[in-house]
Amino acid sequence: MAVVQPVSEFQGRSLWQDARRRLFANKAAVISMIVLALIATMSIVMPFVWQHNFDDAYFDRISCPPPDYLGMTGLFGNQAEMCPTAVGQGHIFGTDANGRDLFIRVMMGGRVSLAIGFVATFVALMIGVLYGATAGFIGGRVDNLMMRFVDILYALPFIFFVIILVVVFGNNFLLMFVAIGAVEWLTMARIVRGQTLSIKRKEFIEAAEASGVSTMNIIRRHILPNVLGPVIVYVTLTVPAVILTESFLSFLGLGVQEPFTSWGVLIADGKDQMESYPWMLIFPAVFMAITLFCFNFIGDGLRDALDPRDR
Amino acid sequence: MSSILSVKDLAVRFSTPDGEVSAVNQISFDVEEGDCVGVVGESGSGKSQTFMAIMGLLANNGKASGSATFRGEELIGMKRERLNKIRGSKMTMIFQDPMTSLTPHLKVGRQLTEVLVLHKGMSEKDARARAIQILDRVKIPDASRRIDQYPHEFSGGMRQRVMIAMALVCEPQLLIADEPSTALDVTVQAQILDLLQELRRDENMSIIMITHDLGVVAGLCNRVMVMYAGEFCETAKVSEIFHDPQHPYTRGLVNSIPRLDQSSETRLIAIPGHPPNLQRLPKGCTFQERCTFAFDRCIAERPKLTPFAEERAKSCHLKGFDSLGAVIR
Amino acid sequence: MLRFIARRLMGAIPTMLIIIIMAFFLMRMAKGGPFDQERKLPPEIERNILAAYDLDKPLFQQFIDVNGFVCTAFLTGNHDPAAAAARGLTYDGTKYVNDKGRQFRCLGGYLGKLLGGDLGPSYKYKDFTVAELIADGAPVSALLGISAMLLATVIGLTLGTIAALRQNRASDFSIMTIAMIGITVPSFVMAPILTLILGVNLGWLPVGGWNEGALQNMILPVISLSLTQIAVISRLTRGSMIEVLRSNYVRTARAKGLPEFQVITRHAMRAAILPLISYLGPATAGIVTGSLVIEQIFNLPGIGKYFINGALQRDYTLVMGVVILYASLVIMLNLVADVLYGLLDPKIRYD
Repeated sequence: MAVVQPVSEFQGRSLWQDARRRLFANKAAVISMIVLALIATMSIVMPFVWQHNFDDAYFDRISCPPPDYLGMTGLFGNQAEMCPTAVGQGHIFGTDANGRDLFIRVMMGGRVSLAIGFVATFVALMIGVLYGATAGFIGGRVDNLMMRFVDILYALPFIFFVIILVVVFGNNFLLMFVAIGAVEWLTMARIVRGQTLSIKRKEFIEAAEASGVSTMNIIRRHILPNVLGPVIVYVTLTVPAVILTESFLSFLGLGVQEPFTSWGVLIADGKDQMESYPWMLIFPAVFMAITLFCFNFIGDGLRDALDPRDR
Repeated sequence: MSSILSVKDLAVRFSTPDGEVSAVNQISFDVEEGDCVGVVGESGSGKSQTFMAIMGLLANNGKASGSATFRGEELIGMKRERLNKIRGSKMTMIFQDPMTSLTPHLKVGRQLTEVLVLHKGMSEKDARARAIQILDRVKIPDASRRIDQYPHEFSGGMRQRVMIAMALVCEPQLLIADEPSTALDVTVQAQILDLLQELRRDENMSIIMITHDLGVVAGLCNRVMVMYAGEFCETAKVSEIFHDPQHPYTRGLVNSIPRLDQSSETRLIAIPGHPPNLQRLPKGCTFQERCTFAFDRCIAERPKLTPFAEERAKSCHLKGFDSLGAVIR
Repeated sequence: MLRFIARRLMGAIPTMLIIIIMAFFLMRMAKGGPFDQERKLPPEIERNILAAYDLDKPLFQQFIDVNGFVCTAFLTGNHDPAAAAARGLTYDGTKYVNDKGRQFRCLGGYLGKLLGGDLGPSYKYKDFTVAELIADGAPVSALLGISAMLLATVIGLTLGTIAALRQNRASDFSIMTIAMIGITVPSFVMAPILTLILGVNLGWLPVGGWNEGALQNMILPVISLSLTQIAVISRLTRGSMIEVLRSNYVRTARAKGLPEFQVITRHAMRAAILPLISYLGPATAGIVTGSLVIEQIFNLPGIGKYFINGALQRDYTLVMGVVILYASLVIMLNLVADVLYGLLDPKIRYD
């Protein structure tokens, strides 16, 4: 007799499937993911295949504008007139003040910026999740003490902290990751702790405790999967924050050192040449802005997908 | 008697990320002066949204169409400035959840007086005196002291009294009460209902009582409209609906009320199944899949609300039920 | 309430102490010292300089020195027998003794001086104490930061509220897109672009310099500094306002027939700005970070340049001074945020 069964179709879809469906329905997030994947792939592959190396300096092609491909000659100047030697050499973004190909430097800078973004975020993630989950799970005095420590670090104006760390350890690639990551984990720890505290009081944790599952296993098997949502969202928002921090440091002259480069360094250099050679600022700035845009859109999309109150 | 509120072909639709949902489907009814109408239905039946639409309180993604006139004035699509002259003064509403329905950072007194200052143009001082008076009226002890307290210093029942006071303070012609007692303890529930009954007797106003509880309707209302999946399935005088329900859904509701005159061995009869998904309602009767009497016409054709006796109407293809409860096809 | 503030201030003491310790030892772990120069100094001169600044002692003793008679902190800046006498101490040529003839011991080293309110001399800006340098730069930075913060709050709050009220309509999308740009384009890109357009091309505003804080010199730095914060605040406001507008009590307020403006200002705004108040602390940190860069771009005589130069040139005391200043600022503003929070939300009691 009952012909239609509209309800059953809606059951049995898990939170994650639901979230994925919502995320993929979000156009801005999907486009962002594609663009981001494109930029990342280009940054990784291009240095291997491009006709110029990132540290090849051509002294006859210093500060050459890009060829006129978007009708932007008015803005950039005419390549053939200003730099006859650069014509047909594939300097699609022009060259920098040392006569190096800007395109490959932007790609190389993307490699470094994205790497710093991901590695530092990973460091933050590891420290933050372990610390926060432990504090939240154990609770009581230990929790108090541990979070107190986080509060203390919060009160430290963190840019000073990073600057001091960079000064102390020199402009070391790896330490830059660690320094930024060591600062960014604080918020992560807070989020995870809050989430853990609320989950800890749920019945299924009591059930696991009652059946004798060890603390470590409860954290790993029950708590971590449940704090994943907010953590993923925070991660996608931390990567761009780290890239920005790196660019700040580069601007202050504390970033990646020559001949290596990052978007921050390129922007900082380009800014000085802005009036005469605007492409040196525009290309890296556009790449960085697009990347940050994408991360933010993905982060927003994920948040809406995982927390489906319509914002 | 003239009608205070007259609703014609009112429909409410919500656009959600998962598609359009029609919460209320082309309903029509009138509320007469001095009426107390009960609107009964389970959650999601559209009973609250009907009146949210009338009050202009639909969520952003909701849209009302059709007509609802208050004393001859069209409310649907009315300019907000004009609507604000009516709601809160001539037509007021009490909500289901008193715990969250008062602004937490404003003193109770302020939330009362602002209505008087706005609609009656009273001075703060006069408004305060009137507010104390009305708090007294809804039996809040020590009103002159409590008027200066914040909502979180009140219990749930007391907060609902404040809400009622707020709704009464301008002496409205129509009071819409949206499950005013549902969120409260049983004893407090009874007190609130007693209060409403007393107010209904003393103040000259019409009341619309939205509830999922037929018992509430029995004690308070003279007329009842039963809602299911955004439509009325039966409307009747209260005196008739309990002993002679004519729609299978109404029968189910009446049968599921525990009765003192039955032995405790008698099991309550529940209605099987769930309400239909409002996103894609069946072509035929919305109640068909839960109805024990459904036949092929029910699947093919949606029944309309049709009068069949004085002040009674139902939307069902069955002829009805006889006095013994047997179905007449 | 007063007790709450007092307890929070007490709680800030260990926090400050840990920050000071971390900054002190981290700074000194760096290679090189303040007096390293291209040409090596003769060893005896270098020794003398180090000794003059206490830098010849073991690291820990530089930080805290219990036995030293460098009690200057408590006894004004220098050896001042008169000031010592006022405290019942006499100077016997090598040490201070009290009336019972016992040696007066007090905290020396960096911490000891600090407790006495002495941030020490700058190692690089000869003839200046750190306090003097900070007093020189702080007003500029403070004026800049406060103006930027006020501007960001007013504009961010307005834009966020408008976006929330027009949720998912054209004005919402355009405000949020602009906010996104504000977040993704760093201020050190925005600032030069603004300068190029408004300063160089149109010539409306000066491109840099302080000029005793003249208004036209303030405009570009303040705008550049506040852009990121405007973006963040409008996003925060939009989110919380949407949440509040959906709450039951806003529905009640609307059902009462209140005009929308009153619904927003009287009933919704209070709860909607609570998240903003918690953001006060991080916002300060953001403004501080931003001002490091902005002061450099516009060549403003604020604290930022002292910090950067100090860090690069190992001017330990100067860096410490700035860190302490900003840490206390952040702690204070977090406290202010908590107090404001309590004032705005009657449900929170200080216990």
